[in-house]
Amino acid sequence: MSTFIQSPFGQKIQKLSSLHFVIGCLLISTLYATVCNLAFTEGSFLHVSDYTISLFGKYLCYALLALAVDLVWGYCGILSLGHGAFFALGGYAMGMYLMRQIGDRGVYGNPDLPDFMVFLNWSEMPWYWAGSDNILWMVAMVFIGPGLLAYVFGNLAFRSRVSGVYLSIMTQAVTYALMLAFFRNEMGFGGNNGLTDFKEIFGLSLQNPSTKLVLFVATSVALCIGYIISHYIVSSKMGRVVTAIRDAESRTRFVGFKTEHYKVWIFVVSAMLAGVAGALYVPQVGIINPGEFSPLNSIEMVIWVAIGGRGTLYGAIIGAVLVSYAKTRFTAIMPEAWLFALGGLFVLSTLLLPKGIAGMLPASWAKGSEKENDGIEPSDNYENKRSESNNISNPAEAK
Amino acid sequence: MVVDKKGSPLLAEQNIKPDTRHGVILYVEDVSVSFDGFKALNDLNLYINDGELRCLIGANGAGKTTLMDVITGKTRPDFGKVSFGQQVDLLQLSESEIARAGIGRKFQQPTVFEELTVFENIELSLKGDKGIITSLFHKLSSEQKDRIADVLHTIGLAKECYYAAGRLSHGQKQWLEIGMLLAAEPRVLLVDEPVAGMTAQETERTAELLTSLAGEHSVIVVEHDMAFVRSIARKVTVLHQGSVLAEGSMSEIQSNPDVIQVYLGEDQG
Repeated sequence: MSTFIQSPFGQKIQKLSSLHFVIGCLLISTLYATVCNLAFTEGSFLHVSDYTISLFGKYLCYALLALAVDLVWGYCGILSLGHGAFFALGGYAMGMYLMRQIGDRGVYGNPDLPDFMVFLNWSEMPWYWAGSDNILWMVAMVFIGPGLLAYVFGNLAFRSRVSGVYLSIMTQAVTYALMLAFFRNEMGFGGNNGLTDFKEIFGLSLQNPSTKLVLFVATSVALCIGYIISHYIVSSKMGRVVTAIRDAESRTRFVGFKTEHYKVWIFVVSAMLAGVAGALYVPQVGIINPGEFSPLNSIEMVIWVAIGGRGTLYGAIIGAVLVSYAKTRFTAIMPEAWLFALGGLFVLSTLLLPKGIAGMLPASWAKGSEKENDGIEPSDNYENKRSESNNISNPAEAK
Repeated sequence: MVVDKKGSPLLAEQNIKPDTRHGVILYVEDVSVSFDGFKALNDLNLYINDGELRCLIGANGAGKTTLMDVITGKTRPDFGKVSFGQQVDLLQLSESEIARAGIGRKFQQPTVFEELTVFENIELSLKGDKGIITSLFHKLSSEQKDRIADVLHTIGLAKECYYAAGRLSHGQKQWLEIGMLLAAEPRVLLVDEPVAGMTAQETERTAELLTSLAGEHSVIVVEHDMAFVRSIARKVTVLHQGSVLAEGSMSEIQSNPDVIQVYLGEDQG
């Protein structure tokens, strides 16, 4: 391994930033899966089954969600145990749009109202679902819903300077409260059955394998875009400010930054990413119900990031995909033991891999592309300065 | 105080400078702060002249840190008036606004951004727009790079500029924090126990650094180390039970009977 790193090829690879590598890996594996799904027939060694495609489409949604968690937790130190709420809100926005697309093909055949509303003897759409059959509005809602919740919650919590474990408990309470609210039939969100029975998206049948493939590719592209945005944020000065807030918030404040604004802002961006993940998730699994708000889900997201390695972005993706894959495998064998396995995995990774799986990768990646973006060469600048200002009284020169 | 059309205070970044025509940069008048009935500050009056180096001494609980908290906006006084120059009322501003207006503070414990490099620590502290949008699209100009290099040079950390700040020694962190204050180009520097935990040699260099800063900046130093105070002080203010007990040169303070009784008396006994 060490000789590989020293070889010219290895050095070239090291110069690539994590951004190029992650995007490259994502696109290549998506391309590979797509080609192998379409070009090779079942039974062929290279064939990727439709089941695998839909499974990985789901994992990529989780990866985008984990990315959102890493952005606030890994970089800004806000341990949110309620990111499931943003994910579910995004999911509900998309779910309602799909619900409206069913039209008169529902069980009750009502062209205007979804089945669950007919079932409850509602005669018209409640006001908050106005425009839910308009795709543009619902896509906007995927951002607005989670973003607004994050904005209101963030403003209340961060302005009153709630932080640490208190904040985590509050985020947990928010998602729990939303879960209870969404369970209620009279809320108009489908009650405990949630929204399901979707027929088609943009005119493509959701039962059709090719639609699943399209959704898989779309999720992969969304993940890439989310990654690029997150990467840009964390390697900008903005990213250094939020890292500074994580490490020493009061110092950041006394340096002149309004830390509350920064925290709210990063929280809102993260919530929107989570909302997009939810919106892509719903058509792929075919259902959204209040169970998605369950605090357990939100804790699982944090565990993905912890196992993958927080504060790296790509660690979150690795963690989400690996843990979800393990979950799929494990729950097939011993469903009731999965939570113990997850807990054990978390304890083990905390003890043995405090920096997660990402901690095992080359250290030069760990800080992203910070080296490339400042572009300041210390030697020439400082040497010049030193010779210019030799006459200024300088305690350091005594060294 | 100076306000804009919307009634919010104008800051140094908007080119409103504190009015120091009377030579005083910081007015602290009749300030009282109490915590659950305990009077941390009691009718305290303090005037800091533009460009002076002032030492604040006092026993534990005399109110030194509370005074710093009041000036920097961390604690709001129950009564009194604190203003920056004649016009900028500090009690109306938040901590970050006060910082941007030109009052920098160094904490008792060295507080730096451990995961960021020394260079980035200074970069974040540079004077300028601290808004979100600016941060998101910010690129360092060559003037800013020069300015960072200048500051690193002044605090003697040029060689360590790409180290993570967490790797620095205790003394180096203290200097880095002072450097972060300098980068913000403040008018007033509040320095809380700058030599705590430093070796004799480091203390000496810190003394030189602080003395060289006075003149261009007003520097207020809180310190327990009497030898250190003696080495830098031109004017000393003694706090006792939340008010000013005495003010003057070191020799005047040392011969003041009240001071001998309550502070130096304890020191020698």
